[in-house]
Amino acid sequence: MIVADRKPLNEILDMVKRCNRILVVGCKGCVTVCNVGGLKEVQILATSLKIARKIGGFPLVVDEMVLERQCDTEYIAIIKETVTDYDAVVSMACGVGPQFLSEAYPEQKFYPAVNTTFFGGAVSHGIWEERCAGCGTCVIHYFDGLCPVARCSKSLLNGPCGGSDHGKCEISREVDCIWDKIVRKKVEQGRLDDLLDVVPAKNWQSARDGGPRRSRREELIQNG
Amino acid sequence: MSEVYEPTLIAFCCKYCAYAAADLAGSMRLSYPSNVKITQVPCTGRVDIIHLLKAIENSADGVYVAGCMEGDCHFVSGNLKARKRVEYVKKTLTELGIEPERVEMFNLSSAMGPRFAEIAIDMTDRIKKLGPSPVKRGDT
Amino acid sequence: MDDFKSGSNLEKVLKAGHFALTGECGPPRGANVAHLKEKFGHLKGMVDAVNLTDNQTAVVRLSSWAASAIMVQEGLEPNFQMVCRDRNRLAMQSDILGVYSLGVRNMLCLSGDHQKFGNHPQAKNVYDIDSMQLISLVRKMRDEGQFFNGEPIDESPKLFIGAAANPFAEPFDFRVYRLAKKIAAGADFIQTQCIYNMDRFRKFMSQAVDMGLTEKCFILAGVTPMKTVGMANYMAKSVPGMDVPESLIKRLKGAEKGKVAEEGIRFCLEQIEEFKTMKGVAGVHLMAIEWEHRVPEIAERAGLLPRPVMAAGLEVNK
Repeated sequence: MIVADRKPLNEILDMVKRCNRILVVGCKGCVTVCNVGGLKEVQILATSLKIARKIGGFPLVVDEMVLERQCDTEYIAIIKETVTDYDAVVSMACGVGPQFLSEAYPEQKFYPAVNTTFFGGAVSHGIWEERCAGCGTCVIHYFDGLCPVARCSKSLLNGPCGGSDHGKCEISREVDCIWDKIVRKKVEQGRLDDLLDVVPAKNWQSARDGGPRRSRREELIQNG
Repeated sequence: MSEVYEPTLIAFCCKYCAYAAADLAGSMRLSYPSNVKITQVPCTGRVDIIHLLKAIENSADGVYVAGCMEGDCHFVSGNLKARKRVEYVKKTLTELGIEPERVEMFNLSSAMGPRFAEIAIDMTDRIKKLGPSPVKRGDT
Repeated sequence: MDDFKSGSNLEKVLKAGHFALTGECGPPRGANVAHLKEKFGHLKGMVDAVNLTDNQTAVVRLSSWAASAIMVQEGLEPNFQMVCRDRNRLAMQSDILGVYSLGVRNMLCLSGDHQKFGNHPQAKNVYDIDSMQLISLVRKMRDEGQFFNGEPIDESPKLFIGAAANPFAEPFDFRVYRLAKKIAAGADFIQTQCIYNMDRFRKFMSQAVDMGLTEKCFILAGVTPMKTVGMANYMAKSVPGMDVPESLIKRLKGAEKGKVAEEGIRFCLEQIEEFKTMKGVAGVHLMAIEWEHRVPEIAERAGLLPRPVMAAGLEVNK
């Protein structure tokens, strides 16, 4: 899923400082699963903003709503009738949400309430870790299902570097050295030979380096 | 506006411990401040962040959660979850410029009637010292 | 290893079978060229080539290519270092052509420390290619006369290609295989991480010899004399991939007051003495960090002076 973190309240308060009436809109997709932009978090943010503005003597009316997904024009259409009732709309979806909303309703202002961080999953309750860099050309089959592009701090395809320290990365003891894991797994499975050839340089054209990306699936495109 | 400031406190009390302790305090004829409004919950694990924030938004001067002793929760870890949520709300209040001491977590058992009264007295004192919630002040 | 690949002094020294000695010099954190030249002065005639670090520990310094060019002017031979952190393949290739045109003949290919350690942790890193791929890039430019994309180069850069090896970093058993990969990618010589744990290094070298790696590549053993007990403790605890045995720290602690640095140098000299006869070790890479002025003394006491003078000297591109 796409993982995100809530922005500090002051940052959001600053975005809406001139508003009298706003809509906080969550998303039932990834941000609900990572507990950052679902129903609960929408309520918490709305209430926190109201408290802050009450203290400031400039009360804020905040309506709450959660869309099925904000990355889908079909679900965004639901707020068509009401979207202009507000001075601004605060989106708790990943970075995709406020952009889809902005494109659908150019007359309204949309603000992000979260910082979108990475593609990953929960390794335990309350802890999420990055697993994918979205480079556009998956290579994890060469590395027994572990991705050095996303998980090596230097994206080395021929690691580990000299900074690998007892299974941890040189940048932090909190970060695993993925190359240590790759090598150990290959050794355990008796397939160390897989790592003896030099992996050629990656073609980054399929990654963000090739410019903004687009996926086109002819069989799904409807005429007209 | 010259009357003595009487704060409003909301206490979320677990029915297995704190709420029973309140009953006991009553039958022991122990007095505690009437400022404290008690809400019975089946377990403090049921108390969510939003409940604490809503209390603050609706002008409570102080809010606290009273659950079982750690290790004695009827639902194993509800009281531990409650403590973490209280910590979250403290952080949120700090961000909002409200004293985090207005929110607190306590642990006690059903046999601790006097402790229940003591907590109510201490929290009421603490809030009196802090004065009315800034939310209330903003209302006026 | 008959024809010269680059004609560098280091290549000639190694191929003539001499026990090589290379030094290291960090460019200044500013444009103080006078100070840089002063450091070069200490090293002149004392070593066969001098590494010029490339924003080492991710701290901004005068560029390694410019420092290398200044070194050429001063009549010493640079070993130009390049890390993968700060440049993409376009910048790498143009800098490689650039240094070659300025008379540089040795190049060391490195991953580079993560910018998190440095003085610009806010920076975006590059890591377009890794150190292994950088080695093959330089080899392709030199031996195939082609850019990384396969297009021809009109005059290709003839560089003696170096790489680093850390025999002490985890996972230990894989390190010699990674060395083999670097040699397969095109490394002509290897400079190792600072060695303190001699047992481990002996094991690493015997593996390398058994795998025939030392027939294909020159391995220079890395040493850094310990100046203080504090430095030893710091390296032991805080530098990832560094292996400082407790026995060495004890030995330094046991030194007489004011004699710790001397004890550090003695240990270093004992190491060099062993390297001279250790199978597969072709020389020593002496990293005397901010201690360039002690290099002549260490080289002298190690019996490594005078350095051999090779015929034709440095061939500077017209």
